[in-house]
Amino acid sequence: MDTFATALPALGEAWALILQPMVLGYLVLGVVMGLAVGVFPGLGGIAGLSLLLPFMFGMDPVLGLALMIGMVAVVPTSDTFASVLMGIPGSSASQATVLDGFPLAKKGQAARALSAAFTSSLFGGLVGAFFLTLFILVARPIVLAFGLPEMLMITVLGLSMVAVLAGRVALKGLAAAGLGMMIGTIGEADAGGSLRMATYDIPYLTDGLKLVIVGLGIFAVPEIVSLLRQDRSIAKDAKLGAGWGAGVKDWVANKWLSVRCSLIGVLVGVIPGLGGSVVDWIAYGHAVQTTKDKSNFGKGEIRGVIGPESSNNAKEGGGLVPTLLFGIPGSGSMAIFIGAIALLGSGDIEVGPSMLRDNLDITYSIVWLLALANVVGTLLCIAASGGIAKLTTVRFTYLAPFLFMLISFAAFQSGQNFEDLLALFVIGLIGIFLRRFDWSRPAFLIGFVLSNPVEKFSNQAFQIASFRFRKSFEEGMDYLFSPIVIVLIIVTVVSVVLGIRQAKSIMAEGDVQSGSKRAPVVFLLVIAGYLVTALINASLIPDYNMTDKIVPLVIGGIALACCLVMLVQMMLRPETDVIFADKEIAGEDADAPFGLWSTLAWFAGLIVATWFVGFILALLGFLTAFLRVRAGASWGRTLLLTACGIAMMCVMAGALNRDFPPGLLQDAVDLPWPLK
Amino acid sequence: MTIKNLVSSVALTTLLAAPALAEVDFSGKTIEWVIPFSETGGSAKWANFFAPLLAEELPGNPTVVVKFMPGAGSTKGANWFQEQEHEDGTLLFGTSGSTQFPYLLGDPRVRYEYSDWTPVMASGTGGVAYLNPEDGAKFDGTANNLKDIDFIYGSQGATRLDLVPLLAWEMLGMNVEPVFGIKGRGDGRLMFERGEATIDYQTSSSYLGAAADLVAQGKAVPMMTWGALDADGNIVRDPTFPEMPTFKEVCEATEGCETSGEAWDAWKAFFVAGFPVQKIAFLPAGTPDEVRDTYAAAFDAVRNRADFAEIASKRVGKYDVFVGESARAATDAGTSVSSGAKDFVTNWLKEAYGVSLN
Repeated sequence: MDTFATALPALGEAWALILQPMVLGYLVLGVVMGLAVGVFPGLGGIAGLSLLLPFMFGMDPVLGLALMIGMVAVVPTSDTFASVLMGIPGSSASQATVLDGFPLAKKGQAARALSAAFTSSLFGGLVGAFFLTLFILVARPIVLAFGLPEMLMITVLGLSMVAVLAGRVALKGLAAAGLGMMIGTIGEADAGGSLRMATYDIPYLTDGLKLVIVGLGIFAVPEIVSLLRQDRSIAKDAKLGAGWGAGVKDWVANKWLSVRCSLIGVLVGVIPGLGGSVVDWIAYGHAVQTTKDKSNFGKGEIRGVIGPESSNNAKEGGGLVPTLLFGIPGSGSMAIFIGAIALLGSGDIEVGPSMLRDNLDITYSIVWLLALANVVGTLLCIAASGGIAKLTTVRFTYLAPFLFMLISFAAFQSGQNFEDLLALFVIGLIGIFLRRFDWSRPAFLIGFVLSNPVEKFSNQAFQIASFRFRKSFEEGMDYLFSPIVIVLIIVTVVSVVLGIRQAKSIMAEGDVQSGSKRAPVVFLLVIAGYLVTALINASLIPDYNMTDKIVPLVIGGIALACCLVMLVQMMLRPETDVIFADKEIAGEDADAPFGLWSTLAWFAGLIVATWFVGFILALLGFLTAFLRVRAGASWGRTLLLTACGIAMMCVMAGALNRDFPPGLLQDAVDLPWPLK
Repeated sequence: MTIKNLVSSVALTTLLAAPALAEVDFSGKTIEWVIPFSETGGSAKWANFFAPLLAEELPGNPTVVVKFMPGAGSTKGANWFQEQEHEDGTLLFGTSGSTQFPYLLGDPRVRYEYSDWTPVMASGTGGVAYLNPEDGAKFDGTANNLKDIDFIYGSQGATRLDLVPLLAWEMLGMNVEPVFGIKGRGDGRLMFERGEATIDYQTSSSYLGAAADLVAQGKAVPMMTWGALDADGNIVRDPTFPEMPTFKEVCEATEGCETSGEAWDAWKAFFVAGFPVQKIAFLPAGTPDEVRDTYAAAFDAVRNRADFAEIASKRVGKYDVFVGESARAATDAGTSVSSGAKDFVTNWLKEAYGVSLN
């Protein structure tokens, strides 16, 4: 009871700290900056916070916190714009939102999807704050109860969502997830440092591929290319249906789903080391499993938006627990946040175990500033959503060049290598074919995201478990099968069983027709070929580095087995079977006026030109040529739009102090920024 | 600290520095301080702490911005810096132990050469190793009673800074099994708190921030520090923890552990690179002396601020800051290792952990 007796006055002090006009002013300023940064895919809170860092030195702590929290809190809110409107996952927190949000936009219901998403975000943020106010006092032992086996099981639970999202042919979904995991293992292994499908001669590969690039490549590139080929607006017939009021009503109708997903968000967010990567998938899976009529998922089911969006803002609150209590950042932006707090004031706020004891009022200020920032951010976003949704009625050919510009810039920011652009293109190509042949892209992405945690936690848990088993059998069993692990195993099994039953009705890619055998077989053989290569590559790792080879061997083996079974099925079944699904046979893609390769060539052109003359000059040529030739705009319009695009890029990069990809020209001659 | 203090110390240093360095002026310029790590690491914290202070002290008060160029464990950024040449003195580069270790170990990705660069400031930290209470009770200033115990340690990798503690424990005859693949020392501490790991170490500032709390609650027992370097390059007690024995003392007291010979030399070489000379700020190859001296004077002014010890200890830990000639000497000590020591470590990494760097 003692703790609660000190908590109440601290809570009062926290509110007194927050409710000052200056503090609220800084909070709103932070929120506006956060929204501006968050709208651009791939930048996120890290870029924004780094921008604020120079001002934090010696700043009044509450003001500095208000500014930073305002910014961090709304990034997962505003990146919803890109996910819903363009099908671009702005960050790992909004991957699952793309699945149903974008189809809604295509139906002309972008405003509805956005406002439902924002209302859910708001609610999730508030639930998170309420929950934390109490929970943070007792959190320490609970957080410590989550050891490696527990974290492994949560990751496996996230992975089990593949069952729900596998699509019509379960084997294909499994193989897609396996392929995603194998792509996730590329690079230097965490444990022993062995190289997998990489070489020191290509340093880019040793770091592995970044989530931003894979997310953009798998979801954004195929959608952009497909829409561009069809030469239409995102919203079919360029009409907007339901407005933002409908979205709020949707949320009211599904408020209990929102409550449950918010709690999932906080709880998973609390566990350090998992971060946001699994939360939205678990929430999406939960939304699917608790919906009676599952036929609309993947085609624009509003519950598929409300679930993940409720969880991702709640997760931010949960993520504060490890950050504040243990001084262990739950994400990249939290790491900067911890560093920045040390710069504030006289530097006596120390994030870590002493935080609760010495600075409980500050702790509560942080929790409730986060909640307030959510409220302000959401209201601004809802107010803007009706207008921004109109973008979906614009002829897509006018949007596409700017989207190519944005995703290239976002990809480059992840590693600041020219190779980032190449990787985006290659992954984009994989995404295009996964989509065409109805291989589950969400399953691929879940596999990729969870590849590293699965490998890390299973290796480490195995090592510690074998250590305990050496002491005594009992101790080992106690370690591996704690009550938490057993509960998680049951949840996982139930979710897989239910998921497999339901998967057939969830068609993320719509009803894809089958027709010819040749193309799907060729694609399958290419995938199997890659898996074989990766398997051989992994088997060459010496045995003393077993930790680095065991996961690629097992996962690659399973994925390859799936491919082989499918190959046999393909030989036996008629060409009308669902296993031969191919979007080029019938439907929107097949009827599109433009071909795949000629459309993709534009994107390739931008990348090749960047290689020679650097990004900005390449962009100048690309925008002009695209708008004039492909979109058929008048010269006046072409030049105006090109100037706007370049100006936008320069303002954004200039404000955030970012560079553009340089080319051969920049190697030869010194040019002033932004050309350098 | 008051504004008055600040103004007077700035004024004083400007007066002192001005006559000798009249020719270098950064008015209206922007200095880029490139860090070969991501925004989230310890080096980012270090540069972000020094950047505004440096800006105040450099002639003309330029803007100092910190830029990040992560990749390939910092070798990407360092390889890039190797290609840079002096232009107008507005490029600064920061390295850390994670840049020095691959260089010392002959990592194939390393295409940079420390001796080409111009060091202007170097700073370091210390480290403290601690045990769980049960095994800690058996620690009596020697590791004699710890030799039959199997320890578990959450490690970032044997070729990283963790090489120093792992080799130290090995030299003491302790059986420490590293669990590789954690992302930072904070994760290691959490593993220790959960009881999964039974031994751990933290750098000085993180020890004070979090692990000392565990010691106060009886959940951890401090074992030893890695020590600090005196002016002659000898290992002495860490000034932050004068009551704690150093590894050197524990080693001397422990049967079978020698403070001479190739194992000791190797340990010491990597300890110096990883701790007392952990972070170094460089100007590119070909930097003229007056530019170097301008930076050295500015960093000197920073470390002589009346409030420096106070603000530094809270934000980046109590670092010894070397500037000018002593930065050069520290850099030499931190980036050179005898071929005997290198071979010893390479062999040991191969035999103990199967790590090969080729």
